[in-house]
Amino acid sequence: MNRLRALLDAALGDRQADRVVPPAGHTVWLTVLTAAAMAFLAVFALALSLATGRLADRWADSLAQAATIRVSAPPEQADAQVAAVAAILAATPGVADARPLEETEQAALLEPWLGPDLPLDTLPLPRLIEVTGTEDLDVEGLRQRLAAEVPGATYDDHTRWRAPLVQAADRLRTLGLLALSLIAGTLAAMVTLAAQAALAANRPVIRVLRLVGARDAYVARAFTRRYTLRAAAGAALGTVLGGIATAFLPEASAAGGFLTGLGFTGAAWLLLPLVPLFAGLVAFLATRRAALSALARFE
Amino acid sequence: MIELQNAGYSYGHGSLLSELSLALPSGSFHFLVGPSGAGKTTLLKLCYGDLKPTSGAVMLDGRDTRGMGRDGLAQMRRRIGVVHQDCQFIDHLTIRENVALPLMVSGRDLAAEAGNLDQLLGWVGLAPRAAARPPELSGGERQRAALARAIIMDPEVIIADEPTGNIDWEMSQRLLSLLAELNRLGKTVLVATHDLALIRAAKAQVSARVLRLAGGVLQAGAEL
Repeated sequence: MNRLRALLDAALGDRQADRVVPPAGHTVWLTVLTAAAMAFLAVFALALSLATGRLADRWADSLAQAATIRVSAPPEQADAQVAAVAAILAATPGVADARPLEETEQAALLEPWLGPDLPLDTLPLPRLIEVTGTEDLDVEGLRQRLAAEVPGATYDDHTRWRAPLVQAADRLRTLGLLALSLIAGTLAAMVTLAAQAALAANRPVIRVLRLVGARDAYVARAFTRRYTLRAAAGAALGTVLGGIATAFLPEASAAGGFLTGLGFTGAAWLLLPLVPLFAGLVAFLATRRAALSALARFE
Repeated sequence: MIELQNAGYSYGHGSLLSELSLALPSGSFHFLVGPSGAGKTTLLKLCYGDLKPTSGAVMLDGRDTRGMGRDGLAQMRRRIGVVHQDCQFIDHLTIRENVALPLMVSGRDLAAEAGNLDQLLGWVGLAPRAAARPPELSGGERQRAALARAIIMDPEVIIADEPTGNIDWEMSQRLLSLLAELNRLGKTVLVATHDLALIRAAKAQVSARVLRLAGGVLQAGAEL
């Protein structure tokens, strides 16, 4: 129990020290409101970061399991080569599904670029086989076998398309984390300004404390406890409001694409209580630094 | 405990104190007198480390104050009780809390010290006013509260800067009696004052020496 108290004293300062600083002042609301606003924004940045992470994983997973085999052959050999590829796929472990695309399906794929009246039979289009693999699929082995037995067949695992998508999602996630860092930095700056104002306003009190033998750490604790608790309380309020706001965002859906599914899901909700704790930590470090620096200036 | 070795102090271009040498023997009682502006308060500040000499040295318990950091000086001030001319209270705290400040800043458990605190407030006659705030007190009460705060840590030395400057004669006598009693208990006392009547009145209570500060120079005066 004593150890716990000592730990809390070290983190928050002691109540006696807190008493020596006058309780009122405009910095009270400044700190609380800033922390609340920053926590509200942090919840959204966190939600964005988590959502883009999920999106990147989803794209990576779904595209990683899908592949297309393109068969380029003279029209008279096309059916035979497609059949040969189908036979190879049937005998390959890890192929969950393999299906040649119908002409109408190929026409539908090309329609956005070439229009609806496409004379498909006059174009030397390759035949496409859609393959869904499992984790056991030996892609390199399949490629080599296709090259040996069906020279006109090319295995395309969508890497060219997948990489930029996953990269975009990863960058969004990084931006979300950067936003969180900026929010923490802004909170630290605001708390530092508020603490500096309070320190300057309480200079006579600090002088008395020094005259009766207070060390710098004691004076700093008198301020850090106050700002840590204010920032944590404000951040708790902002986190609750942010959590409620994200809870009312639309659920994830395929139709909504990227703009849906921004809310928290499952265990991700457990991250929210960390926001006020982190805000308190930021305020603690910012106030302590401001206090020790001010005390050196006041000498 | 306190020793000045050719200590001097200059403000900007002007020299206020020069080559002061002084040692306060343990258990002694000294009055520091001199005209206004002679530098009495500056000399006292050198003695409790609020100022550092610009020449010479001030030794506190054998340590040169020029080599001591803020925390080192703070630690030293817990062993030197000071009654400031303007008392230096924190106005939003009660008198009891102000008197207990040295205990609080040194991390002592106030609950364990409550008995001593009550006893001390009773000794200076402020027990009934313990819950009052400093602005609610008279000049004499404030000075007695300042004295109580100065001795709460049981310091070896007590320094008082014009403790009777703003109080009536009767209250001055009472404060002097308290200081004399502390001296009889073995405390070293240094009192700066311009009140010569107070010094004459002290004859009956303590054996004190008078130090005269004039023109930036310290002269040992007569023993009372």
